[in-house]
Amino acid sequence: MSTIGSEITKAGTAGTAPVRSSMWRQAARRLLKNRLAMLGLAVVVFMFAFCFIGPLFSPYTDNKIHLAQMNKPPSPQHWLGTDALGRDVLTRVMQAGRISLTVGLASMVLSVFIGSLLGAIAGYFRGICDQIIMRLADLLLTIPGLPLLFILGALLSDWKVPTEYRMYIVMLMLSLVNWPGLARMVRGEVLSLREREFMQAATVLGLRNRRKLFNHLLPNLVPLIIVIASLNVGGAILSESVLSFFGLGVMPPTPTWGNMIDSANNMIDFQKRPWLWIPPGFSIFATVIAINIFGDGLRDVLDPRPRK
Amino acid sequence: MPEALLEIRHLKKYFPVKSGFLNRTVGQIKAVDDISLSIRPGETFGLVGESGSGKSTVGRTAIRLTEKTDGEVRFKGIDLYGLNAEELRRLRPKMQLIFQDPYSSLNPRVRIGDAIGEALLDHGLAPKEEIRDRVLDVLAACGLSAYHIDRFPHEFSGGQRQRIGIARALVLNPELIIADEPVSALDVSIQAQIINLFRKLQESRGLTYLFISHDLSVVEHLCSRIGVMYLGSMVETAPRDDLFRNPLHPYTKALLSAVPIPIPKLKRERIVLSGDIPSPANPPSGCKFHTRCPFAVERCKEQAPEFRHVGGERFVACHLV
Repeated sequence: MSTIGSEITKAGTAGTAPVRSSMWRQAARRLLKNRLAMLGLAVVVFMFAFCFIGPLFSPYTDNKIHLAQMNKPPSPQHWLGTDALGRDVLTRVMQAGRISLTVGLASMVLSVFIGSLLGAIAGYFRGICDQIIMRLADLLLTIPGLPLLFILGALLSDWKVPTEYRMYIVMLMLSLVNWPGLARMVRGEVLSLREREFMQAATVLGLRNRRKLFNHLLPNLVPLIIVIASLNVGGAILSESVLSFFGLGVMPPTPTWGNMIDSANNMIDFQKRPWLWIPPGFSIFATVIAINIFGDGLRDVLDPRPRK
Repeated sequence: MPEALLEIRHLKKYFPVKSGFLNRTVGQIKAVDDISLSIRPGETFGLVGESGSGKSTVGRTAIRLTEKTDGEVRFKGIDLYGLNAEELRRLRPKMQLIFQDPYSSLNPRVRIGDAIGEALLDHGLAPKEEIRDRVLDVLAACGLSAYHIDRFPHEFSGGQRQRIGIARALVLNPELIIADEPVSALDVSIQAQIINLFRKLQESRGLTYLFISHDLSVVEHLCSRIGVMYLGSMVETAPRDDLFRNPLHPYTKALLSAVPIPIPKLKRERIVLSGDIPSPANPPSGCKFHTRCPFAVERCKEQAPEFRHVGGERFVACHLV
């Protein structure tokens, strides 16, 4: 996007010029001072390492069935016990995390992309574009998200979508539900930015719309988008867990935190075998809280407006 | 008389006043109310008037940055308001605006080199390889250094930023520059530098300026012809020397008598206007100035004076002249 612009400025000084984005450096410095946000970041990093690197050190695979090892409590061999099919719970929690985090991140990326693109177009061009995009967003916003996801999930089961594709469809569903809120925020920001004097200056210079949009508006939207995106990941993970818990999201045997809790969804497991549902439950809790704390910290340093 | 570079005829710009539940238009602010002026190539036309008199709106409608309500604007004979968006965009490099506020008119996320050079790219005015050199040339012409090219706006002072604003306009080789109070946000020592820069650039490049200001001494220093605005209307236009030596309109007289002069002992007649400038939403009847004019007669309340030619290059809108 900043293709041509950078040729003018960096061409002669490549390599020698220090990075002069002191705004970002200042923000990073302030963020580092925020202990809570750093704790959140540490937990998020840990969860990623745990889920993506952890399984490499595990002697078990997530769906190897061991009938002799059914429903064993935690022990030196199985640190978090085994489930009804004799699978190692710790390994499954890590594998499930891979899916949950991936779904969360991917659906965030997708909804941020759709939301900010449509929001920016609506806010910048106004008129009929604005009307069509925002009425569509309103329509999606008027339907409560969770019931909508349930209906879509039920449809997926009806259409017999192969289980290995469900994960990708769940990502799409979550993005579909999430983009309207995002588009509204981005549109609002664009509406205020486009009246700023430097945008008028861009008009006077006779710049093309594409350059005004991508080189002038978008860089000013980046902090807002980063903040929304980070807060969005937590919500997406949570929604995916809820869906999977109700058997409408990602299907077993592919483990996710949500469907692991769901498989412990009976009185005996709940009372007698807490190792089946506490680890995935705690993982969801810790990850979502940590992401939200970190997102709040980010907002404090990047988005100057809602500071009390 | 050579052909006018910018010709404004009976330009009107009304802003709707909206209020109430349904956002209905309940009135109009007559920011610019029937203004005509023409600017010849190479001259500097100064537009003066107090705050809220519509000077900036004239500047902005003259290059179609805001849409007009009525009237006609011709730039090099081309009817600006008859162009479509793309035609207008292609014409933009020839007429540039320099903004009043050097802080808000530069995008904080765009490096100076990009801010100056990008318009050249979009208009295909220079091949990519030459753009950096063109930017460096214009930076030098505006008294900035080559190493400024990679910096962001927040690393500059107000005066430097205004130079960047000028460089950004200048790189396009415009024929007309509208300068909308370009020095009023700067402190006095910097003002002088920027004004001299305007002058130097005019001499070396043959630029035409529409210079909007509320500072009469700046206008006197820089402009060859001056128009005085009051409440959206032009009250007097005249060559600089005529205007300063012998102002005709009572409002011009009052303005000139308020200019500070560096001779403390010199006593002169000071015309003090009573009251404030009336609201442009509800301007007075007849001559808009009659509520504050020390010489007003009965006729001024009823009949709006015509903007008349009074010999030479002088025009004035007053019954008593």
